[in-house]
Amino acid sequence: MAVWYDPLRGGEGASSRELSTIGESGRDGQSPPQGERLAFTRTFANFFPAALAFALLLTAWELYARFGGIAPTVLPAPSRVLAQAWENRAALADNTLPTIRATLAGFAFSLVAAFILSALVDFLAPLRRALFPLLIASQTLPLVAIAPLVVLWFGFGLLPKILLVALVTFFPMMVALVEGYAATSTEISQLLAAMGAGRWRIFWLARLPSALPYFFAGLRISITYAVVGAIFAEYAGAAKGLGIYMLSAKNNFRPDLVLAAVAVSSALTLVLFGLAVLVQRLAMPWENAKGERAGPGGNRPSGEGRR
Amino acid sequence: MKRLELRDLRKSFGALEVLAGISLHVAAGEFVSILGPSGAGKSTLFQLLTGAIRGEGEMRFDGAPLDGARFAFMPQRDALMPWRRIIDNATLGLEVQGMKRSEARERVAPLFAEFGLAGFERAWPAELSGGMRQRAALLRTVVQQRDMLLLDEPFGALDALTRAAMQRWLETIWRSHRWTALLITHDVREAVLLSDRIYVLSERPARIVREVAVPLPRPRTESHELAREAAAIEADILDTLLGRPVPINEHPMENRND
Ligand SMILES: Nc1ncnc2c1ncn2[C@@H]1O[C@H](COP(=O)(O)OP(=O)(O)O)[C@@H](O)[C@H]1O
Ligand SMILES: [Mg+2]
Repeated sequence: MAVWYDPLRGGEGASSRELSTIGESGRDGQSPPQGERLAFTRTFANFFPAALAFALLLTAWELYARFGGIAPTVLPAPSRVLAQAWENRAALADNTLPTIRATLAGFAFSLVAAFILSALVDFLAPLRRALFPLLIASQTLPLVAIAPLVVLWFGFGLLPKILLVALVTFFPMMVALVEGYAATSTEISQLLAAMGAGRWRIFWLARLPSALPYFFAGLRISITYAVVGAIFAEYAGAAKGLGIYMLSAKNNFRPDLVLAAVAVSSALTLVLFGLAVLVQRLAMPWENAKGERAGPGGNRPSGEGRR
Repeated sequence: MKRLELRDLRKSFGALEVLAGISLHVAAGEFVSILGPSGAGKSTLFQLLTGAIRGEGEMRFDGAPLDGARFAFMPQRDALMPWRRIIDNATLGLEVQGMKRSEARERVAPLFAEFGLAGFERAWPAELSGGMRQRAALLRTVVQQRDMLLLDEPFGALDALTRAAMQRWLETIWRSHRWTALLITHDVREAVLLSDRIYVLSERPARIVREVAVPLPRPRTESHELAREAAAIEADILDTLLGRPVPINEHPMENRND
């Protein structure tokens, strides 16, 4: 049924007719299966070029390592890396777990610190001016030099790893949150103030939700640094972990095992990144609603303007 | 009975004089419009009323100096929170007042039908058309049950046809609720259709150049007779805002198209 605003009739008639149409077939009229198939096709189309490039690279490497006359102790073929990884799976797994633990603990610490500090900075402008130069300076520290010092000060336990992971992951999230708070619409803030909300209320109801998209953008950057941060810390000194495993594999002239550990750490980062994207989707369901319209075929059955 | 009374309200931003002595009043159950060109200082006046900024002059409510929580304010753009479903946007004011969310939802839900939003309680603002968003914003405003509504160009961002439909709709529901309301607009037709009285503002620095009573009976959208009377008032106000057009016979050289 085509419904169009009729200028010769009252607004009442127009709006109630518009409603009945939507009520009958509106939101249920969307057919999710079609949407899902479309999403799948799109996802496939997005990933296919990357997968192809990756496969080509591996093939070229494999051919070069096999037929280029290179010793496997210098450049092992991917197939050899895979075979050795499988053979040493127990040791690899044994060393992966502490790295995961350090990564997650460090990241969690960094996350909580970013939330608390960013909120403090949002309430106290002078604190922001005091802290930001320090934070930027912290990003200029060369990790190679800092990691051994942190281990020297805090030992071989979990603490130095947490600190180093936090050092590399804190900044992007902190900056994203602070910018996100500032991006709050002034009209929404004014509206809340007119309703009688105080500063804390406005922060909770408007500034924090406004910052979410920014926060997740920062989080996605952070999380790609997190595993590398943990490995650096282990490299500088640890009982177990992918970092120390790489070090000893290198010292034993086993580049295949070094590369196996590298592959594991990359996979770890990819999984964490994927989790971040998933959490973002779940935390911001309204973002998925964007572009979609209630009503059959996405058409608004009325003459009303769209934004 | 006068509810809101403003006397000689003034406001400058640094060297920029925005309000140059505004005096007006709104009686109980009255719908009053402030009509003025863009940039005149209309939104600034509302910011003074809601306490967002301070100025000089006297603001009284029911005879006493104005205190904070009298107004339910609808800002110029809808200012719906994209991260809240429509029903949770509607309950926002009640939540800020300290009401539990479940209780606020029960209070708000019955109004959805009247506001043309039934079935859209759980929709996100991004899923709604412009007109529906404005109705949701108005719903959020009226459920606060304050003494008076302040509406800042509620339909300014809509296309002409939707705006006309929304004006008629607002006139209809206003008749059944009789909220005391102060509306800001730069749309002369909107002001004439909705108001009992209209204050016409000058360009910045704003002062009131005219007060126009609109004695037309309601509903005002039923007959073409009324539409003609409204059009006469409209033309009269436009003359005030733009200056009277020069009569044709003073320009003998000009071609007439009709
Ligand atoms: N906070 C402010 N600081 C400085 N100038 C402002 C501020 N708010 C509004 N103005 C200026 O005051 C004038 C009137 O603005 P406003 O009240 O928004 O006009 P309108 O009648 O279109 O609602 C404009 O020139 C605007 O730039
Ligand atoms: Mg304005």
